[in-house]
Amino acid sequence: MRHGFSTLLYKEVLRFWKVASQTVAAPVLTALLYLLIFSHVLEGHVKVHGVAYTAFLIPGLVMMSVLQNAFANSSSSLIQSKVTGNIVFVLLPPISYLEFFLAYVLASVVRGVVVGAGVLLATFWFAPLSFAEPLWILVFALMGGAILGSLGVIAGIWADKFDQLAAFQNFLIMPLTFLSGVFYSINSLPPFWQRVSHWNPVFYMIDGFRHGFFGVSDASPWLSLAVAGACLALLTVFTLNLLKRGYKLRA
Amino acid sequence: MSAAIRIQQVSKRFGSTQALDRVDLEVQQGEFFGLLGPNGAGKTTLISALAGLVRADAGSLFVMDHDVQGDYRAARRHLGVVPQELVFDPFFTVRESLKIQSGYFGIGDNDDWIDEILENLGLTSKADANMRMLSGGMKRRVLVAQALVHRPPVIVLDEPTAGVDVELRQTLWAFIRRLNEAGHTIVLTTHYLEEAENLCTRIAMLKAGRVVALDTTANLLRRFSAHALRLRTGGTLPAELAREGAESGGWWSIPFDGFDQVEPLLARIRAAGCRIDDLEIGKPDLEEVFVRVMQGQAG
Ligand SMILES: Nc1ncnc2c1ncn2[C@@H]1O[C@H](COP(=O)(O)OP(=O)(O)O)[C@@H](O)[C@H]1O
Ligand SMILES: [Mg+2]
Repeated sequence: MRHGFSTLLYKEVLRFWKVASQTVAAPVLTALLYLLIFSHVLEGHVKVHGVAYTAFLIPGLVMMSVLQNAFANSSSSLIQSKVTGNIVFVLLPPISYLEFFLAYVLASVVRGVVVGAGVLLATFWFAPLSFAEPLWILVFALMGGAILGSLGVIAGIWADKFDQLAAFQNFLIMPLTFLSGVFYSINSLPPFWQRVSHWNPVFYMIDGFRHGFFGVSDASPWLSLAVAGACLALLTVFTLNLLKRGYKLRA
Repeated sequence: MSAAIRIQQVSKRFGSTQALDRVDLEVQQGEFFGLLGPNGAGKTTLISALAGLVRADAGSLFVMDHDVQGDYRAARRHLGVVPQELVFDPFFTVRESLKIQSGYFGIGDNDDWIDEILENLGLTSKADANMRMLSGGMKRRVLVAQALVHRPPVIVLDEPTAGVDVELRQTLWAFIRRLNEAGHTIVLTTHYLEEAENLCTRIAMLKAGRVVALDTTANLLRRFSAHALRLRTGGTLPAELAREGAESGGWWSIPFDGFDQVEPLLARIRAAGCRIDDLEIGKPDLEEVFVRVMQGQAG
């Protein structure tokens, strides 16, 4: 492994770890609040795939936290570096665009997985959870983190100001993650919205992740894997192309 | 021996601004080179193109014979750049910043050299301070330190002394001079022309993206500036003398080539019945060269 890459990865992880109260503890608390409110309202009224609502909700919240925090990590790091100008510190050294991409995306995965693990730790005693097929849990957590980490790289490079990044987050990332079956099974939706949900790639990431816990899901985990894999491949090619051209980074 | 920096026919346009216009420049190894020019002349753009931060529209740039695009890894390993903007990463301490920067250049264990840089820049006592806590001058020193972590043979400093106190300027120049004596090539842009005059052996002047003067500092001084008799007079200077000189702020300045011309000059003034209130001998300076080159009197 090249030293430039591993240093950039280390620096990106250290960056969020130094402010872990904002980057780890806060999102864990947010997820915990969602759990308390939604399970209070819906527990006992709703069962999904024969699973009690709170148990169903927990993996959704974990995965939502993985995805949102993976996106937040690369995007906020890049926009901060661009706005403050310290992006030159990584542009001046002999770091290839591939190393650059991998370091930012992997750091995002680490952040997502750390927060996801935190959410799981904070919530798993509220309901009996099973870990039916744990490999799926791992695969979808890593892939989901990488997909949103790449999206974060794109957003961080594209945005010139913080409010543009906020727009990206509020109008794209939040709707995609909230309308993906975190809080419900899409089988409970009217047919039209079911079809719409099937066009949301985040739905497959959450569904596949949840499959790892209960062994049942709305879609086949293999289909979800294919969708997530295709998204990751597409975003990787797109992001690498941006970086190779030096889009907005090298004038 | 290959040139430290080779810039060939480099152009760069930003929208309607021609920031660089077919710039040709070569800096030899071991030189202390000055890049001067008014604001907006294109100095930072040229440095950025060399560092790969900006892509030239045309032309090619080499650092120690490595193409900055085609062979960017080698080119960047040989180049240390102190950026003009006072940038820093607020998440880290001084030492962390320097260790991380070393790692970016593929250097794992760099503690001895980092300690030496810190010592030479008067940063030792701040090594474990967070970057946010440092004054502007201290942040500037860290920027210099970050550019040096990989011991680059070519060091480019973009206005490193802008807004910096006298003490730091002296510390900095003493250190940079030592690096130059140890064989490092130095390229410097600055607004303090006496700094450039004292430090640089060769100078390029840039205006609106073009190189308008390029010569040794000594030659530039000889060509565009001279010793001058500077005087204040109660009366009016005779017309033929006034034509030779120039007046500014009540002082007349009459250039001369050799000191044997001083007495005849004074004699002519006396013969014209002109009283001298004050008198001094002005030395050639880069300020005058700069003004004349920028006014378009380049030869
Ligand atoms: N990123 C940029 N976008 C647009 N114009 C730029 C950019 N960078 C520099 N310029 C313009 O190019 C010209 C040269 O700028 P610069 O290289 O910073 O000059 P100097 O460093 O000599 O003061 C200026 O007119 C400046 O406004
Ligand atoms: Mg400049």
